[in-house]
Amino acid sequence: MSALEAFKTEVGEFLDKNCPDSMRQPMKAEDDAYWGGRNGTFKSDDQKQWFEAMAAKGWTTPEWPTEYGGGGLSKDEARILKKEMAKRKCRNPLYSFGIWMLGPALLKFGSEEQKKKYLPEIAAGKIRWCQGYSEPNAGSDLASLATSATSVGDNYIVNGQKVWTSYADQSDMIFALTRTSSDGKKQQGISFLLIDMALEGVSTRPIKLISGKSPFCETFFDNVKVPKANLIGTEGGGWSVAKYLLTHEREMIGETTDPDAMVPLNVSAKDYIGVGADGKLADPVMRKEIAEWEIDGAGFLFTLARMKDEMKAGQPIGAKSSFLKYYGTELNKKKYELHLTNKGLDSLGWDGEQYEEGKLARMFCRTKGNSIEGGTSEVQLNIISKRILELPSE
Amino acid sequence: MGLVITEEQGLLKESARDYLKENASIALMRKLRDENDENRYSPTVWSTMAEMGWAGLIIPEAYGGMGFEYVGMGQLLEETGRSLTSSPLLSSALISATLINLAGDQLQKEKYLAAIAEGKIISLASEEVSHHNPSHVQLAAKSDGDGFTLTGKKNYVLDGQVADHYIVSARTSEDDNSMKGISLFIVPSDASGITKTNATLMDSRVCAHLSFENVKVSQAQLLGDLDKGYKPLQKTLDIAAIGISAELLGIIQESFERTISYLKERRQFDKIIGSFQALQHRAAEMYCQIEICKSLVIKALQGIDEDSFMLPALSSMAKAKCSKVAQLVTNEGVQMFGGIGMTDDEDIGLYLKRARVAMELYGNYNYHLDRFATLNAY
Repeated sequence: MSALEAFKTEVGEFLDKNCPDSMRQPMKAEDDAYWGGRNGTFKSDDQKQWFEAMAAKGWTTPEWPTEYGGGGLSKDEARILKKEMAKRKCRNPLYSFGIWMLGPALLKFGSEEQKKKYLPEIAAGKIRWCQGYSEPNAGSDLASLATSATSVGDNYIVNGQKVWTSYADQSDMIFALTRTSSDGKKQQGISFLLIDMALEGVSTRPIKLISGKSPFCETFFDNVKVPKANLIGTEGGGWSVAKYLLTHEREMIGETTDPDAMVPLNVSAKDYIGVGADGKLADPVMRKEIAEWEIDGAGFLFTLARMKDEMKAGQPIGAKSSFLKYYGTELNKKKYELHLTNKGLDSLGWDGEQYEEGKLARMFCRTKGNSIEGGTSEVQLNIISKRILELPSE
Repeated sequence: MGLVITEEQGLLKESARDYLKENASIALMRKLRDENDENRYSPTVWSTMAEMGWAGLIIPEAYGGMGFEYVGMGQLLEETGRSLTSSPLLSSALISATLINLAGDQLQKEKYLAAIAEGKIISLASEEVSHHNPSHVQLAAKSDGDGFTLTGKKNYVLDGQVADHYIVSARTSEDDNSMKGISLFIVPSDASGITKTNATLMDSRVCAHLSFENVKVSQAQLLGDLDKGYKPLQKTLDIAAIGISAELLGIIQESFERTISYLKERRQFDKIIGSFQALQHRAAEMYCQIEICKSLVIKALQGIDEDSFMLPALSSMAKAKCSKVAQLVTNEGVQMFGGIGMTDDEDIGLYLKRARVAMELYGNYNYHLDRFATLNAY
């Protein structure tokens, strides 16, 4: 037996033993996800047991080095763990922007001291992080952000406002882009700061969306005193950290498949629209639209697989992540349009048990944000034009 | 298997590109057209392709071929799409070789597969009407003592004008649109009773319309089982659609790259027109659609080699998407080249014209979209 096969057996046995049955069911409510943090609470004993077993192994962050609280697994081992978890339908034991976003940036740009301090806390789910990038006047044009960090002795004094800070009201720390200088190119005066949300002068306010309640917040900084030790990378070097992190985020959004596992379009169409004597969908226009979507959907999945294979073969993904983000989010929006057409008026119920509290209608509304957050579709097309096709700037 | 080509397939592709660039480029295509060459292909080029092993690429070594994967054949077809090279690679080396390998008996394989590998041309004569409909077979094969007599018509036979043999789908029982009662025959192109008329299409290539008048064939010319020709024919047509999708992928990429180059050199309003966002976003959209096509084509080609049960769906997905994207990219190509794109001197229009023929062959967008939905039971 090869080492990898042995590892696969070991993982299988561990998961069988430590992942309770209730943690192998699809999540039903938002609070089924465990996000950790200073105030994190477990919804059930099973959830606690499953999280603790995985955290003890470092498998909340399988590929991070063990000295930073990770599992120290190789790429192949991590792949096996992922596969074995998927096979058993194991839930993700820890949801965390610290793992998905900040961690990779810290590993690349953090000092040894910073890595030792923050990474183990992230892996162990002790600190919950949120992201402070966008501002009311800095959306697609993120580099024009204005939240200021003024150097005073060993501290920065931070003033300004962030927006779209997901779960800021429940987070312990925020990683934020701040302006430390207004000289030169606007990208050059940006610094990447870690800020404790418990500090005096930090406040948050939730944002309601067209879909209703949302995890998004506005976050305000009023003379917040942040130690200079919390600067990641160099002063004025925050833009590179942010770009690196956004690439990660784009890949993730592009790859995100339907978390609510809606029934396939053609199945719901048959249920709601019906089929004719020839076995074909009774609405030929929908039949065409659905077939087109399903071909594009399959093509997109094959493309994700192909790009992974190309990466394995040593071709970096680079700006192609913009293509994945653009195409994946546009497909998702289109899918919900088709779901609405399939169900007709029944899709539009907003409240009440009959309409699952407006689940479909609200999810439909929410998808409109897919092509805005994490860089709009238009920004992705700009990136493809400039970086892949190398078309000139005006 | 990863969704990438192997090193060996990559080398084949590169050498194909080099060869076609030197010997079978658009200049050759224009020459054949402008000299009104009767057959619109170069026998010299084809015999070189055969010598290089392309004609027998997918034919098993036991029958004189190279025994290569279909993924490799896909790379050749992609390259001939880029260079707009007319040759019997699709008709004979892919389609007929596949069908004979699927349906033929030992003797037929030994005889005809070896012939194809050597560069002899065998063409499939299956279409009778203007829209792809392989089960619509009116050409009748009447039992006639120890053989059959064929009477009827076949249209748009690729390389039919130069083929040595035809594989003919014929009605031996059931009604004209039934999948049952179809039989396949291999017939020499000079058999008595066959009349051929050349047809030149928009892509400046020639194919043949065939008329069969009491053409005698023997029992030995029956390919596969009597009345059971549809199954191997349909599988071959799935593979044909994947082959033409690979060619379309070459057409798409080449016309896209030429368009992008043009956007980088053409100036209007004192600016390079490629700096205009109105054009950049359309170019980026095409880039995305092309990435999807690449994945569908490689997946479908691998599906042939793995004998995937998904082959019919993979084939229809690839052909539908590549047809749609070829339409988009060639239309945008002509539009972005502007007035010069409308002239015969500029090559971009040649891609538009070949794309329209390739889009229609072996089932157009509508056909494959409908078929995909049907295969998925809706």
